[in-house]
Amino acid sequence: MYTISNRLKTFSIILIVLGVLGVAYGFMTSQKSLEEVKTMLVEEHAHTEDTEISVAEHAESAAPTGTEHADVSHDDEHAAHVQEQLAKRPWSALYVSALFFMTIALGVLAFYAIQVASQAGWSPVLFRVMEAISAYLLPGAIIVILLAVGSHFIGHHNEIFIWMNPEVVADDKLIQNKSGYLNITAFLIRAIIFIAGWSLYQYFARKFSIAQDNAEPGDKRNFKKSFRIAAGFLVFFIYTESIMSWDWIMSVDPHWFSTLFGWYVFSGMIVAGVTVIAMLTIYLKGKGLLPLVNDSHIHDLAKYMFGFSIFWAYLWFSQFMLIWYANIPEEVVYFAARIEHYKLPFFGMLVLNFVFPFLVLMHSDYKRVPWFVMMGGVIILVGHYVDLFVMIMPATVVDRWYIGIPEIGSILLLGGLFMLVVFTSLSKAPLTPKGNPFIKESENFHY
Amino acid sequence: MEGSSKVIHAIYTDDDVLMAAVKKVRAERYHIEEIYTPFPVHGLDKVMGLAPTRLAITSFLYGLVGLVVSIVMINYMMIEDWPQNIGGKPSFSYLENMPAFVPIMFELTVFFAAHLMVITFYLRSRLWPFKEAENPDIRTTDDHFLIEISAGTNVDEQFDILRNTGAVEVTLIDKAH
Repeated sequence: MYTISNRLKTFSIILIVLGVLGVAYGFMTSQKSLEEVKTMLVEEHAHTEDTEISVAEHAESAAPTGTEHADVSHDDEHAAHVQEQLAKRPWSALYVSALFFMTIALGVLAFYAIQVASQAGWSPVLFRVMEAISAYLLPGAIIVILLAVGSHFIGHHNEIFIWMNPEVVADDKLIQNKSGYLNITAFLIRAIIFIAGWSLYQYFARKFSIAQDNAEPGDKRNFKKSFRIAAGFLVFFIYTESIMSWDWIMSVDPHWFSTLFGWYVFSGMIVAGVTVIAMLTIYLKGKGLLPLVNDSHIHDLAKYMFGFSIFWAYLWFSQFMLIWYANIPEEVVYFAARIEHYKLPFFGMLVLNFVFPFLVLMHSDYKRVPWFVMMGGVIILVGHYVDLFVMIMPATVVDRWYIGIPEIGSILLLGGLFMLVVFTSLSKAPLTPKGNPFIKESENFHY
Repeated sequence: MEGSSKVIHAIYTDDDVLMAAVKKVRAERYHIEEIYTPFPVHGLDKVMGLAPTRLAITSFLYGLVGLVVSIVMINYMMIEDWPQNIGGKPSFSYLENMPAFVPIMFELTVFFAAHLMVITFYLRSRLWPFKEAENPDIRTTDDHFLIEISAGTNVDEQFDILRNTGAVEVTLIDKAH
């Protein structure tokens, strides 16, 4: 039985408090009046005026505007735009972090269901770790939805999803045509179905898993039940995960669409999920709490991290290359905007999510070295955060992005919450499932 | 050196017995020349104390060769030799048109890594068509396991030890003939 140490509890509470301060600072500094934004823009302009390029650009853009009056109203419009982007920044920062931890929990839940449904012989000693991480799914998903809808109802014109803004929709034929799907009521109904389905599976999987622990020897009823619901959940999951990715992530750019987006989001969440399983397992094993876990289990997890990193890169590239190659304007704007304003994170995450894991985790011996897997895990998690950052931010704050106090504060806040939920859940059941029919095989697992 | 060409063949009918026998023979410090089995016996290489294979490392290096070949080839053909405008694809530099080349880069990497590794395997394990088969006893391809150890000065003692490990047949073979 695991008991959450006081130091860990204090540590996560400190993270939450620091995070709240950071997020509060973000919200306080993001609300600027139109006048403030205008003076800011003028200052910025004066700053960049020195360089020749900006002068040339300025001359070009100023030429067609003509009259003084048009110039002023254009400036006003631009300032209003920037004002909105600034106001959206703390919301988006929170939203990216919320998605980050929610997708980890969801990825772990999907991985767990795959392990149960495929009757894997190696993983049962890790089931409690997976169950504990997926316990964050319910609070995490609710936070995501509250932020998505809250950004519309709280504050003025700072919604993460512009299709929630009736003024934008009024002028936008394309969003109007999609409003049968993209409206807040339908969004909430779908979200409730997803979250309810996932949480129900999470709840019952956990319940049957613990019931199997306490069952009479030879009584495999709970094991069979968890097998059946895992198979059912996987079918439900692959539909809802796809739709969730359209709803919660793709619709930040309501003019853009991609068919393999759901898979792409899935590959990111499963690699992050497996990574967190591996890291938590190594941590607990380091404390001597998982005596049955040997380095072959770590090796297997590291192989999954390696494989899913490549799977992620494959989907990322398939999506990017198809759109880049065909270069259809309505599709390519998505990447054009990202390459223009997010060059470093956009291509940097390819290094973090593909090149590093590929080279670091390729050698069979290194996959057994805990600190090596930890290092690979940190790289993958940073890469996964940047991945989500580049999905959301270009649609909300456009070129006004920076990884500063609001972003780091959000990571600390939700990271602290994640730790608190996961470790609390970990302390509620014995760390080694007893009654699983595959536990003996898993104990003796050797690769 | 009369005795050096003589070997002892011990035949087993069970892979578990074989594994135990290998441990015993190694503990007696007899040199195992070769073991013939009809199928891979899991863990046999560890028990025999064989060095791990370096085939995976060669494969990685071959993959790098393939990657370099593909890059040099595409860069020469598409960018340097005749940079045409094909459907508006930017052919000013390699990097600009890189996404279009990735499928070929990937395939050539895999092609080199796979094929050269297989050829390396054939060379190192001396396998080729029309090569004369080397198995000393035809039954080792079906259901028998054979340990070959070099005969020492005290052959009778070696025979005893091998029989005690569960060998069903122990024979002295003179390889010189």
